[in-house]
Amino acid sequence: MGPLKQPPPVRRIVVDDEPTIVEPPKRSNGTSEEVKSGAAALLSAPRKREGRRGHVKERMKIDALGVAYAGKPAVKSVSLTVNQGEVLALIGPSGCGKTTLLRSLNRLVDQTPTATRSGTISIDGQDVDLIDVTELRRQVGMVFQQPNPFPMSVFDNVAYGLRERGSRRPSRVALRPSVEEALERAGLLEEVQDNLMHPALRLSGGQQQRLCIARSLAVGPEVLLLDEPCSALDPRSTSLIEELIMSLREEIAIVIVTHNLQQAYRVADRVAFMYLGDLVEYGDADQVFGAPKAKRTREYVSGGFG
Amino acid sequence: MSTPATTTGSRADSLRRRIRRPNLPKPRLPRRDRGLLKQEEIVPWSLADRIGLAAAWFCGLLLCAIAGSIVIYMLVRGLQYLSVDALLEHPVSLSTTQITGTAGGYLDPIEGTLILTALGTLIALPIGVGTAVWLSEYGKPAGLARAVESGVEIVAGTPTIVLAIFGLLVFTQGAFGFLSFKAEGGAVFGRSFLIAGIMMSLIAVPLIVGATREALQSIPAHVREASYALGKDKISTIRRVLLPASRKGIATGTTLGMGRIAGDTAIVILLLGGTSTLEPQGGTPILGTLKGTGSTLTSYVYNNSPAGEGNAPEKAYAAAFVLLIIVILMNFTVDLISRQRSDPWAR
Repeated sequence: MGPLKQPPPVRRIVVDDEPTIVEPPKRSNGTSEEVKSGAAALLSAPRKREGRRGHVKERMKIDALGVAYAGKPAVKSVSLTVNQGEVLALIGPSGCGKTTLLRSLNRLVDQTPTATRSGTISIDGQDVDLIDVTELRRQVGMVFQQPNPFPMSVFDNVAYGLRERGSRRPSRVALRPSVEEALERAGLLEEVQDNLMHPALRLSGGQQQRLCIARSLAVGPEVLLLDEPCSALDPRSTSLIEELIMSLREEIAIVIVTHNLQQAYRVADRVAFMYLGDLVEYGDADQVFGAPKAKRTREYVSGGFG
Repeated sequence: MSTPATTTGSRADSLRRRIRRPNLPKPRLPRRDRGLLKQEEIVPWSLADRIGLAAAWFCGLLLCAIAGSIVIYMLVRGLQYLSVDALLEHPVSLSTTQITGTAGGYLDPIEGTLILTALGTLIALPIGVGTAVWLSEYGKPAGLARAVESGVEIVAGTPTIVLAIFGLLVFTQGAFGFLSFKAEGGAVFGRSFLIAGIMMSLIAVPLIVGATREALQSIPAHVREASYALGKDKISTIRRVLLPASRKGIATGTTLGMGRIAGDTAIVILLLGGTSTLEPQGGTPILGTLKGTGSTLTSYVYNNSPAGEGNAPEKAYAAAFVLLIIVILMNFTVDLISRQRSDPWAR
């Protein structure tokens, strides 16, 4: 006879008992203790960046940018600069215009038929509306939320942006050095070196996203836009991509949209907090997270809403 | 005094009814046995439900039996009369058979089926894919897009015999003489592989449009945007990203279309000239065949069936078997293609 097993615990529902009511968390008003402790927890998290290296140079300037979809404003008169050598994080609750702002930088909002744009955006002093859109998008690369390699080989994905339209198609051999360089910069070369001709959609999600970064880097952009690049990825891949962002920021101006405050704190040098289409606060990451000026920023950064 | 008592009683009843599970039929057990939930839950199906279930089973099995008997019957009858010689011999007419004593084979009908299927597919593929790309990626103005859609639907719904008679009407016009040949009096004959192929392509076009369009629309918007974000325009995005991504859809639609072309009879009988062997017109080797007349497995089966003039059922069985095999193989190919993952970006 074996030992008797302990019977599983039985949960009894007692009808006449008083229900337990959990006290709802108090609305933080920006000055209470919880707010300070929330921000403190964030500030004590490990940080990937160690101050700026190299010289900071202004690359893009957004001046009084407004975007409306079918007359409904999504971004209202936002002005800020994008600098090389820095990572700019756009934070804010859903639907606050972060992604719309990002998509205006490479004029991808133009794809939306109902969108109208006001104000000016310039890259290296040139109005983006006066540059050929093809040329602009070669200077301002973009990586999306979902990894989206094209249904072709790893090599062809990276070479995609390099291949000219129409008649003049450079050969594989001619493209190989630039393809390998882009994969190297995206930290993917070692993993895919032996199977460059394999279909890209067979890679893992994290590898696919780094391939998308490599694809953008191959064109030689000066600004790289990242639209929640890690939200579809596991923590390990996220960490790899954050390290990649750190290593790229010296040569390229990086703008990242993120819902993840910890991530913004880990990677950003400068933070822009948006709320309902307005730019509420724009400044140094340490200042925005440590000593926010606006009440809304304080509440958002400390987890009060969003 | 009595009125309030009855109202409270009925209220209590209605409350109890609301608490009880509403879907169960009223239990037949006496009230005191209510507590025995086990007995209460075993409620027999109603007669209508039982008949419905039996009918569903019967219909499913019947369809299996019909499909099975078609294949088995054709297999037995077909293999009985099928021989390698017959596959490689030209057909001969009944009168010749009586004179020479040889039965003849169906090499020409097989060739005819292959030529006509290839021709119809080649014409339908660019038209179908082009229409699908326009509908899915451009589609403006909306009114024109709706008109194109209804046009495709009308072509899809037209019986092939109507397509055939329409083709005869159009292609016997003098301007289309180059597609067939002119009779002695100068009238255009209006029957040839080219003409039958053109009308056959109309059978396949709606299938290709539908499958390609569905494939294009299942590609997420961010994939297109990723291409634009690399400085590519719409045309090269379609050419280099969207079309390769919808290969499976295009292949599915094309194979379905090929099966339909191979199996169609009406267009062949009206537009292929009705000669049992390939009769090239003019000297040029390939173009001559295309401008000439011939037969396919379907018209061969028709002609040799008891309903046709040939009345050689054993040949019809064998040819029908070959046709069945071709079409079943095509349908399996469609299954194989469409079983693969169609949306690789979905996570």
